[in-house]
Amino acid sequence: MIETILSNLALIIGTTLMYSTPLIYTSLGGVLSENSGVINIGLEGMMVIGAFAGAAIGYFVGDPWIAFIGAGIAGGLFGLLHAFACVTFGANQVVSGIAVNFLGAGIALFLSRMFFEGATMTKSIALDNKMPRPLNGVFPDGSLLKIIFDNQYATVYLAFFMVLIIWFFMYKTKYGLRLRSVGEHPTAADTLGISVMRIRYFAVIMSGVFAGFGGAAMSLAIVSNFRPTLISGHGFIALAAMIFGKWKPQGALLACLLFGGAQGLAVFLGQFDFEISTQLISMLPYVITIVVLIGFVGKSAAPSADGIPYEKEHKY
Amino acid sequence: MGYENVTQSLTKVIEMKKITKKFGDFVANDSVNLDVFKGKVHALLGENGAGKSTLMNILYGLYSPTSGEILINGKKVDITNPNIAIEHGIGMVHQHFMLIKPFTVAQNIILGQEPTSKMSVLNMKKALKDVKEISERYGLYVDPNAKIEDISVGMQQRVEILKALYRGAEILILDEPTAVLTPQEIVELIQIIKNLTKEGKSIILISHKLKEITAAADFCLIIRRGKHIDTVVVSETNEEGLASKMVGREVSFSVAKDDKESGDEIFSIKDLIVKDNRDIIAVDKLNLSVKKGEILGLAGIDGNGQTELLEAITGLRKVESGEIKINGENITNNTPFQVISKKISHIPEDRQKRGLVMDFDISENTILENYYKYPFAKRGVLQYDNIRIYAKELIDKFDVRPKEESKMARTLSGGNQQKVIIAREVTNNPDLLIAAQPTRGLDVGAIEFVHKALIEQRDNDKAVFLISFELDEIMNVSDRIAVIYEGKIVGIVDAKDAEVEKLGLMMAGGGNE
Repeated sequence: MIETILSNLALIIGTTLMYSTPLIYTSLGGVLSENSGVINIGLEGMMVIGAFAGAAIGYFVGDPWIAFIGAGIAGGLFGLLHAFACVTFGANQVVSGIAVNFLGAGIALFLSRMFFEGATMTKSIALDNKMPRPLNGVFPDGSLLKIIFDNQYATVYLAFFMVLIIWFFMYKTKYGLRLRSVGEHPTAADTLGISVMRIRYFAVIMSGVFAGFGGAAMSLAIVSNFRPTLISGHGFIALAAMIFGKWKPQGALLACLLFGGAQGLAVFLGQFDFEISTQLISMLPYVITIVVLIGFVGKSAAPSADGIPYEKEHKY
Repeated sequence: MGYENVTQSLTKVIEMKKITKKFGDFVANDSVNLDVFKGKVHALLGENGAGKSTLMNILYGLYSPTSGEILINGKKVDITNPNIAIEHGIGMVHQHFMLIKPFTVAQNIILGQEPTSKMSVLNMKKALKDVKEISERYGLYVDPNAKIEDISVGMQQRVEILKALYRGAEILILDEPTAVLTPQEIVELIQIIKNLTKEGKSIILISHKLKEITAAADFCLIIRRGKHIDTVVVSETNEEGLASKMVGREVSFSVAKDDKESGDEIFSIKDLIVKDNRDIIAVDKLNLSVKKGEILGLAGIDGNGQTELLEAITGLRKVESGEIKINGENITNNTPFQVISKKISHIPEDRQKRGLVMDFDISENTILENYYKYPFAKRGVLQYDNIRIYAKELIDKFDVRPKEESKMARTLSGGNQQKVIIAREVTNNPDLLIAAQPTRGLDVGAIEFVHKALIEQRDNDKAVFLISFELDEIMNVSDRIAVIYEGKIVGIVDAKDAEVEKLGLMMAGGGNE
C-alpha cells in the first residue's frame, strides 16, 4: 500500500518536473525583461515561435542542441522586435506584447505550412534526435529515483541551472545591479552614465531567448513536434508565475513548480476512470493560476518603472 | 570691499563665460557669467523660471549652450553629456533625488562605478569599505546597509552627496537642497556644506531661499528672467538687498497687516480622531476653532497629523469620531462636494495632485467646483464662451501669467499654478478658507502675493486656517498660532506674543499643555 502511494508520489514529482520546465525558462525571460522595466506579455508568442523553431530545426538538422539554440535565437528575434517598439519608440508595452503574441502564432503556422507541405503540424523528430535523458537507466529498476528521473530530459536540469545563473547575474554582478536600477528608476541610472536603452534591449532580447528555450523544452522534449495548440497559454502561465514569484528568479521557480505540479496532477488523474470528465481535470493548471493570482499575490512588488517607457527629459 | 577685490586671491575652478541658451525664441540664459572658487560656496539666486536650472544643466552636460564657453581649472571644455561632467569632477545633487528605493545605500552610491572582482562580480566588501571611508572623511554618516526606502529624506540627501563624492566630485551642484528638509535637517546640511568646503570642495547652491544663502554662501549670482543681474559678496549684503535684486523691486518681508478684532467663532473641531493610511491614529482628540476675521496658523513639523486633519475636514478621509462644525452645522464625514457647498474652500497641500487638473487649461481649472452651475453650463452642456470670459476676469484680477486662459495648467510655473488655485477658491467667496502649505516651492514675489490674498480674506471678515511647516510664515501671517504635535494641539498662542524658541520647543513635543 505504502509502496503504491510512494511510487504514485514519485510519478507526480516526475511529471511536475517535466511540465514545470518550459514554464521555468519562460518566466526567467519575464524576470529579465520586467526587472529592466519592460512588461513582456509577448512571452506566449515568443514561446510559440521557439517551439516551432525547435521542432523544425530538430527535424531537419537532427541535433537537439542546435535546435534548442535555434529556438532561443528565434525567440530572441521576437524579443528584438518587442524591444524595438517599446524601447526605441516608447510604444505601449502591453499593446506591443499582444502584437507579438499574434505574430508568434501566425508566423509559426505560416512557416509550418511552408516547410511541411501545408501541414499545421511539423513532422515528428526521430526519437534518437530528441533531447537526451542523462539519467536514463542509471537507477535500478523499481526504485523511486528511477520513477522520478529516468525519463527526464536534459532541459529539466538545465532549467534549474539557469535559475541559479540568472539569480547570480541579477544579484551578484554589476550588470544585474544596473539592470534592476533601470527598472526601478531609469532617470537615476541615466544620470550615472548607465545606458537605459542598451540595458533594456539586452533584457528584452534575452527574455525572448528564454521564452524560445521554454517553447523548445516543450517541442523537443515533452513532445516531439510542433502543433498550433502546443503552447496554448503556457506563456501566460509563466508570466503569472513570474508575478506570483514577486519578479524574482527564485520566486518564479517555486511558482512554476506549483503550476507545473497542477499540470502533473491533471495528467496523473487523467489516467484513472473518474466520474469527472478529463476536460475539467485539464482545466486544473489554469484554474490554479487564476485562484493564485486573485488570492495570494496582493500588492506584489513590481519594479517601480515597469511598463513605463523611458524618455530623456531633453527639451531641445 | 566689493566682489572683485574679495575674489582676487582665490583660485577659479569653474568659469562660465557669456553663456546664452535659447529654446526656439525663448532666451533661458542671456549672457550669464559664473565663476566658482575653490573651497567656496557660490549661490545661484533667482525666481522660479529665472534660468538657474538651465544654467546648471548646461554645466552638467544635459543641455548644450547656444553660445558661450566653459573653463574648468583654466582649460576650455566641451561638456556634451553628464559623463564628461563627472570626469571633470562635477557632481550634481538633483532636487528630486535620483535614488533607487529598494537598493541599499551602498548599492546606490556605487551604481555605475561598481567595484568588482573577476567576471563583473560585485565586490560588496570593497564597496562597503569605500562608502565608509568617504562618509567618515566628510562627516556624512549613513548606514551603508540600510535601504533607501527606510531612511529619512535628510539621510537620502546625504546619500546623494556621497554619490557625487564617490565619483571624485570636486565641484558639487546642489539644486534646491532644502526644499524637502525639516528645519533641523537644514541646519545639518549647512554644517555638511561647511565641512565640504573645508576639504577644498567647491559648491554651487541653487536656491530661492534667502535665509540659506546668507547662512551658507560666500558669493551669490543673481539672475532674473535669464539675465545676469549681479554677483555679490554675501557678507556685504542682506536678505532685503538680495530679494530686491532677484525680483527687481522692493520686497517687504514683514507682511503688512492691520490689527483687527476677530468676530464670532465660525468653525470648530471637537475631539476629532482620524487614522492614517497604516490605520494608526494620526489625529488624536484634537480640538480647534477659528473665528470670523482671523487667520489661525497651525504650526508643526511635517507628519504630525496635519495632512490627515486637512483630509478629514475636506471630506477626503474618514473621521473615526469627533465633530467638525461650520456655521453651527455638523459636517463630519461629509463628502467633498457637500463640504464645498457649506462654503469651505481649500488650497491643497499638493497643488499638482489635488489643486489642478494638469492637463486641463486654465479656464477649465477655474470652474472645477462650479462647472455644473449657470452660466458655465446650460442643461448639462458646458458654455465655453462664458467659462472663458470668467477665466479671463480671474487671470486679470490675480495676475496669472501668461495671460492666456487656454494654457495647460502643466505649462505654468509653480507660482502661477498657485495663483490659479487661489483665484478659484477665493472667488467662491468661502466662509472658511483652508490654506495648506500655500507657498511651498514658491519664490519671494509669489509668496508675497499669496500672503496678501490670505490677509485680504481675513480683512473681509472671513475665517482663514493656515497650515504650514514654515514657522516664519505662520508667525508673519497668523493672528493666533496653534501648535500640533503627534495629532494633538499642544498649545495656542497669540501671534503678537509668539517667540520662535518657544514655538520650536512645542513643535518638538516639549510644550506645556
